[in-house]
Amino acid sequence: MPTIVVEVMPKAELLDPQGKAVAGALIRLGKTRFSAVRIGKRFELTVDGEVTDAVLAEVTDLANDMFSNSVIEDVVSITVLDNSGAVAS
Amino acid sequence: MTSIGVVTFPGSLDDRDAQRAIRLAGATPVALWHGEHDLKGVDAIVLPGGFSYGDYLRCGAIASFSPIMAEVIDAAAKGMPVLGICNGFQMLAEAHLLAGGLIRNSHGSFICRDQRLRVENTSTAWTNEFDDGAEITIPLKNGEGGFIAAAETIARLEGEGQVAFRYLDVNPNGSINDIAGVTNERGNVVGLMPHPEHATEEGFGPDTALAMRNGTDGLKFFTSAIRSLVSA
Repeated sequence: MPTIVVEVMPKAELLDPQGKAVAGALIRLGKTRFSAVRIGKRFELTVDGEVTDAVLAEVTDLANDMFSNSVIEDVVSITVLDNSGAVAS
Repeated sequence: MTSIGVVTFPGSLDDRDAQRAIRLAGATPVALWHGEHDLKGVDAIVLPGGFSYGDYLRCGAIASFSPIMAEVIDAAAKGMPVLGICNGFQMLAEAHLLAGGLIRNSHGSFICRDQRLRVENTSTAWTNEFDDGAEITIPLKNGEGGFIAAAETIARLEGEGQVAFRYLDVNPNGSINDIAGVTNERGNVVGLMPHPEHATEEGFGPDTALAMRNGTDGLKFFTSAIRSLVSA
Protein backbone atom coordinates (compact mmCIF):
# COMPACT_ATOMS: atom_id res chain seq x y z
CA MET A 1 0.00 0.00 0.00
CA PRO A 2 1.29 3.50 -0.74
CA THR A 3 2.47 5.74 2.07
CA ILE A 4 2.35 9.51 2.36
CA VAL A 5 5.15 11.00 4.43
CA VAL A 6 4.66 14.39 6.07
CA GLU A 7 7.62 16.12 7.70
CA VAL A 8 7.21 18.95 10.19
CA MET A 9 9.95 21.12 11.71
CA PRO A 10 9.93 23.76 14.42
CA LYS A 11 10.13 27.20 12.82
CA ALA A 12 13.74 28.09 12.01
CA GLU A 13 13.66 31.37 13.93
CA LEU A 14 12.35 29.78 17.14
CA LEU A 15 14.29 28.03 19.85
CA ASP A 16 14.14 24.22 19.53
CA PRO A 17 14.85 23.04 23.10
CA GLN A 18 15.09 19.37 22.04
CA GLY A 19 17.64 20.18 19.37
CA LYS A 20 19.53 22.36 21.82
CA ALA A 21 19.68 19.51 24.37
CA VAL A 22 21.05 17.07 21.77
CA ALA A 23 23.55 19.66 20.51
CA GLY A 24 24.79 19.99 24.09
CA ALA A 25 25.18 16.21 24.36
CA LEU A 26 27.21 16.14 21.12
CA ILE A 27 29.60 18.71 22.54
CA ARG A 28 29.97 16.60 25.70
CA LEU A 29 30.78 13.58 23.50
CA GLY A 30 33.51 15.56 21.78
CA LYS A 31 31.60 15.74 18.49
CA THR A 32 32.58 19.30 17.71
CA ARG A 33 31.97 19.16 13.95
CA PHE A 34 28.26 20.02 14.33
CA SER A 35 27.23 23.54 15.23
CA ALA A 36 23.49 22.96 15.61
CA VAL A 37 20.82 20.26 15.83
CA ARG A 38 17.13 20.72 15.07
CA ILE A 39 14.55 18.00 15.68
CA GLY A 40 11.28 17.66 13.81
CA LYS A 41 8.56 15.08 13.26
CA ARG A 42 7.83 12.59 10.50
CA PHE A 43 4.30 11.26 9.94
CA GLU A 44 3.78 8.15 7.78
CA LEU A 45 0.22 7.69 6.57
CA THR A 46 -0.54 4.32 5.02
CA VAL A 47 -3.17 4.89 2.36
CA ASP A 48 -5.96 2.41 1.78
CA GLY A 49 -6.13 2.56 -2.03
CA GLU A 50 -4.70 4.87 -4.62
CA VAL A 51 -3.17 8.26 -3.83
CA THR A 52 -5.40 10.57 -5.83
CA ASP A 53 -5.26 14.36 -5.98
CA ALA A 54 -8.18 14.40 -3.54
CA VAL A 55 -6.24 12.24 -1.05
CA LEU A 56 -3.19 14.47 -1.38
CA ALA A 57 -5.33 17.56 -0.86
CA GLU A 58 -6.83 16.00 2.27
CA VAL A 59 -3.37 15.17 3.63
CA THR A 60 -2.17 18.70 2.86
CA ASP A 61 -5.07 20.11 4.89
CA LEU A 62 -4.35 17.68 7.75
CA ALA A 63 -0.64 18.55 7.65
CA ASN A 64 -1.43 22.26 7.95
CA ASP A 65 -4.30 22.04 10.45
CA MET A 66 -3.50 19.08 12.69
CA PHE A 67 -0.03 17.57 12.23
CA SER A 68 1.54 21.02 12.56
CA ASN A 69 0.76 24.25 14.38
CA SER A 70 1.65 27.11 12.05
CA VAL A 71 2.44 29.36 15.00
CA ILE A 72 5.41 27.24 16.01
CA GLU A 73 6.08 24.81 13.14
CA ASP A 74 6.38 24.50 9.35
CA VAL A 75 5.36 21.60 7.11
CA VAL A 76 8.58 21.08 5.18
CA SER A 77 7.58 18.21 2.87
CA ILE A 78 4.77 15.92 1.78
CA THR A 79 6.07 12.90 -0.15
CA VAL A 80 4.27 9.91 -1.68
CA LEU A 81 6.04 6.54 -1.47
CA ASP A 82 4.89 3.62 -3.64
CA ASN A 83 4.44 0.03 -2.50
CA SER A 84 8.19 -0.60 -2.59
CA GLY A 85 8.94 2.46 -0.47
CA ALA A 86 10.42 4.42 -3.39
CA VAL A 87 9.45 8.02 -3.94
CA ALA A 88 6.53 7.97 -6.38
CA SER A 89 6.86 10.34 -9.30
CA MET B 1 -26.63 30.81 40.83
CA THR B 2 -23.81 31.16 38.34
CA SER B 3 -22.67 27.81 36.98
CA ILE B 4 -19.18 27.27 35.60
CA GLY B 5 -18.33 24.13 33.63
CA VAL B 6 -15.02 22.28 33.87
CA VAL B 7 -14.22 20.04 30.91
CA THR B 8 -12.52 16.73 31.68
CA PHE B 9 -10.34 15.32 28.89
CA PRO B 10 -8.46 12.00 28.88
CA GLY B 11 -5.41 12.96 30.93
CA SER B 12 -6.86 15.98 32.73
CA LEU B 13 -5.48 16.23 36.27
CA ASP B 14 -6.76 19.45 37.79
CA ASP B 15 -10.42 19.23 36.86
CA ARG B 16 -11.49 18.45 40.41
CA ASP B 17 -9.31 21.26 41.79
CA ALA B 18 -10.92 23.68 39.34
CA GLN B 19 -14.39 22.52 40.43
CA ARG B 20 -13.40 23.10 44.05
CA ALA B 21 -12.08 26.60 43.25
CA ILE B 22 -15.37 27.47 41.53
CA ARG B 23 -17.31 26.28 44.57
CA LEU B 24 -15.07 28.25 46.95
CA ALA B 25 -15.63 31.36 44.81
CA GLY B 26 -19.38 30.99 45.22
CA ALA B 27 -20.52 29.46 41.92
CA THR B 28 -21.79 26.00 41.05
CA PRO B 29 -19.22 23.77 39.34
CA VAL B 30 -20.53 21.55 36.53
CA ALA B 31 -18.54 18.60 35.22
CA LEU B 32 -18.40 18.54 31.41
CA TRP B 33 -17.08 15.68 29.27
CA HIS B 34 -14.78 16.07 26.25
CA GLY B 35 -16.64 13.51 24.16
CA GLU B 36 -20.04 15.20 24.29
CA HIS B 37 -21.51 18.15 22.43
CA ASP B 38 -23.19 19.45 25.59
CA LEU B 39 -22.27 22.49 27.69
CA LYS B 40 -25.19 21.72 30.07
CA GLY B 41 -26.27 25.36 30.13
CA VAL B 42 -23.21 26.67 31.98
CA ASP B 43 -22.41 30.40 32.10
CA ALA B 44 -18.62 30.04 31.82
CA ILE B 45 -16.05 27.32 31.09
CA VAL B 46 -12.70 26.26 32.54
CA LEU B 47 -10.32 24.06 30.55
CA PRO B 48 -8.20 22.53 33.31
CA GLY B 49 -4.57 21.51 33.57
CA GLY B 50 -3.10 18.07 33.05
CA PHE B 51 -1.58 16.08 30.23
CA SER B 52 -4.45 15.41 27.81
CA TYR B 53 -3.62 12.57 25.44
CA GLY B 54 -0.21 12.27 27.09
CA ASP B 55 0.92 15.52 25.41
CA TYR B 56 1.22 13.49 22.19
CA LEU B 57 1.50 15.38 18.88
CA ARG B 58 1.71 18.76 20.70
CA CYS B 59 0.46 19.69 24.17
CA GLY B 60 -3.30 20.27 23.96
CA ALA B 61 -3.42 19.61 20.22
CA ILE B 62 -5.48 16.42 20.17
CA ALA B 63 -7.82 17.70 22.88
CA SER B 64 -8.43 20.86 20.84
CA PHE B 65 -10.14 18.61 18.25
CA SER B 66 -12.48 17.05 20.87
CA PRO B 67 -16.24 17.08 20.21
CA ILE B 68 -16.96 19.54 23.04
CA MET B 69 -14.40 22.03 21.69
CA ALA B 70 -16.81 22.86 18.83
CA GLU B 71 -19.27 24.12 21.47
CA VAL B 72 -16.52 25.84 23.47
CA ILE B 73 -15.32 27.69 20.34
CA ASP B 74 -18.92 28.73 19.49
CA ALA B 75 -19.60 29.90 23.05
CA ALA B 76 -16.32 31.83 23.18
CA ALA B 77 -17.24 33.61 19.94
CA LYS B 78 -20.52 34.67 21.55
CA GLY B 79 -18.67 36.13 24.55
CA MET B 80 -18.88 33.37 27.16
CA PRO B 81 -15.99 33.57 29.66
CA VAL B 82 -13.48 30.77 28.98
CA LEU B 83 -10.38 30.20 31.12
CA GLY B 84 -7.59 27.85 30.06
CA ILE B 85 -5.15 26.82 32.77
CA CYS B 86 -1.83 25.22 31.76
CA ASN B 87 -2.89 22.35 29.48
CA GLY B 88 -6.14 24.27 28.97
CA PHE B 89 -4.11 27.31 27.83
CA GLN B 90 -2.29 25.05 25.39
CA MET B 91 -5.68 23.84 24.05
CA LEU B 92 -6.90 27.44 23.58
CA ALA B 93 -3.72 28.27 21.67
CA GLU B 94 -4.08 25.13 19.54
CA ALA B 95 -7.73 25.99 18.85
CA HIS B 96 -6.61 29.52 17.82
CA LEU B 97 -8.86 31.11 20.43
CA LEU B 98 -5.71 32.73 21.82
CA ALA B 99 -2.63 33.95 19.98
CA GLY B 100 0.77 32.33 20.23
CA GLY B 101 1.97 28.84 21.06
CA LEU B 102 3.58 26.97 23.95
CA ILE B 103 6.82 25.05 23.51
CA ARG B 104 9.13 23.04 25.75
CA ASN B 105 10.72 25.06 28.56
CA SER B 106 13.93 26.68 27.34
CA HIS B 107 15.96 24.92 30.05
CA GLY B 108 14.48 21.54 29.05
CA SER B 109 13.19 20.60 32.51
CA PHE B 110 9.82 20.36 34.19
CA ILE B 111 9.45 23.15 36.74
CA CYS B 112 7.22 23.38 39.82
CA ARG B 113 7.30 26.47 42.01
CA ASP B 114 5.19 29.15 43.64
CA GLN B 115 5.35 31.86 40.98
CA ARG B 116 4.93 35.60 41.37
CA LEU B 117 3.00 37.27 38.58
CA ARG B 118 1.81 40.75 37.71
CA VAL B 119 -1.76 41.03 36.49
CA GLU B 120 -1.26 43.23 33.41
CA ASN B 121 -4.88 43.48 32.30
CA THR B 122 -7.57 43.85 34.96
CA SER B 123 -10.50 44.30 32.56
CA THR B 124 -10.92 40.70 31.39
CA ALA B 125 -13.74 38.39 32.47
CA TRP B 126 -11.24 36.50 34.66
CA THR B 127 -9.23 39.41 36.17
CA ASN B 128 -11.69 42.24 36.86
CA GLU B 129 -11.53 41.75 40.65
CA PHE B 130 -7.78 42.50 40.73
CA ASP B 131 -6.41 46.00 41.31
CA ASP B 132 -4.39 47.47 38.43
CA GLY B 133 -0.85 46.14 38.55
CA ALA B 134 -1.71 43.57 41.22
CA GLU B 135 1.13 41.20 42.09
CA ILE B 136 0.05 37.68 42.99
CA THR B 137 1.62 34.32 43.81
CA ILE B 138 0.13 31.07 42.47
CA PRO B 139 1.67 27.66 41.72
CA LEU B 140 3.30 26.95 38.37
CA LYS B 141 4.03 23.41 37.14
CA ASN B 142 4.81 22.63 33.54
CA GLY B 143 7.29 21.16 31.11
CA GLU B 144 6.11 23.00 28.03
CA GLY B 145 5.20 26.51 29.09
CA GLY B 146 7.43 28.62 26.86
CA PHE B 147 5.14 31.21 25.27
CA ILE B 148 6.19 32.16 21.77
CA ALA B 149 4.69 34.01 18.85
CA ALA B 150 5.86 35.89 15.78
CA ALA B 151 7.39 39.31 16.51
CA GLU B 152 4.41 41.16 15.00
CA THR B 153 1.99 39.09 17.13
CA ILE B 154 3.97 39.93 20.28
CA ALA B 155 3.92 43.62 19.32
CA ARG B 156 0.15 43.48 18.82
CA LEU B 157 -0.46 41.64 22.13
CA GLU B 158 1.70 44.15 23.99
CA GLY B 159 0.23 47.16 22.19
CA GLU B 160 -3.40 46.17 22.69
CA GLY B 161 -3.16 45.09 26.31
CA GLN B 162 -3.65 41.42 25.56
CA VAL B 163 -0.77 40.32 27.77
CA ALA B 164 -2.83 39.39 30.83
CA PHE B 165 -0.08 38.12 33.17
CA ARG B 166 3.67 38.50 33.32
CA TYR B 167 6.22 36.47 35.32
CA LEU B 168 8.02 38.36 38.09
CA ASP B 169 11.39 37.52 39.73
CA VAL B 170 12.26 34.67 37.32
CA ASN B 171 11.14 33.66 33.87
CA PRO B 172 10.52 29.95 34.54
CA ASN B 173 10.31 28.67 30.96
CA GLY B 174 11.82 31.10 28.48
CA SER B 175 8.54 32.80 27.54
CA ILE B 176 8.99 35.84 25.29
CA ASN B 177 8.68 39.11 27.27
CA ASP B 178 8.04 37.06 30.45
CA ILE B 179 4.48 36.45 29.22
CA ALA B 180 2.62 34.07 31.57
CA GLY B 181 -0.86 34.45 30.09
CA VAL B 182 -2.83 36.28 27.44
CA THR B 183 -6.40 37.31 26.67
CA ASN B 184 -8.31 37.63 23.42
CA GLU B 185 -9.32 41.05 22.14
CA ARG B 186 -12.77 40.86 23.74
CA GLY B 187 -11.41 39.84 27.14
CA ASN B 188 -13.67 36.82 27.61
CA VAL B 189 -11.06 34.16 26.72
CA VAL B 190 -8.00 34.04 29.01
CA GLY B 191 -5.21 31.49 29.22
CA LEU B 192 -2.19 31.18 31.50
CA MET B 193 0.37 28.55 32.43
CA PRO B 194 0.30 29.01 36.27
CA HIS B 195 -2.55 27.50 38.29
CA PRO B 196 -4.96 29.86 40.09
CA GLU B 197 -7.15 26.93 41.16
CA HIS B 198 -4.36 25.72 43.49
CA ALA B 199 -4.40 28.99 45.46
CA THR B 200 -8.00 29.31 46.58
CA GLU B 201 -8.15 27.99 50.12
CA GLU B 202 -6.08 28.87 53.19
CA GLY B 203 -4.01 25.89 54.26
CA PHE B 204 -3.73 24.53 50.73
CA GLY B 205 -2.08 27.31 48.72
CA PRO B 206 1.38 28.85 48.33
CA ASP B 207 3.27 30.12 51.35
CA THR B 208 2.70 33.76 52.28
CA ALA B 209 4.53 36.14 54.61
CA LEU B 210 1.74 35.49 57.10
CA ALA B 211 1.65 31.71 57.18
CA MET B 212 2.58 28.57 55.31
CA ARG B 213 0.30 27.47 52.44
CA ASN B 214 -1.95 30.41 53.11
CA GLY B 215 -2.07 32.02 49.68
CA THR B 216 -5.47 32.47 48.03
CA ASP B 217 -4.51 34.84 45.20
CA GLY B 218 -6.15 32.50 42.68
CA LEU B 219 -9.66 32.96 44.06
CA LYS B 220 -10.17 36.30 42.29
CA PHE B 221 -9.95 34.62 38.88
CA PHE B 222 -13.18 32.82 39.65
CA THR B 223 -14.93 35.64 41.52
CA SER B 224 -14.05 37.86 38.55
CA ALA B 225 -15.91 35.52 36.21
CA ILE B 226 -18.93 35.48 38.52
CA ARG B 227 -18.88 39.30 38.69
CA SER B 228 -18.61 39.67 34.92
CA LEU B 229 -21.59 37.34 34.46
CA VAL B 230 -23.74 39.02 37.11
CA SER B 231 -23.04 42.49 35.71
CA ALA B 232 -23.48 41.35 32.09
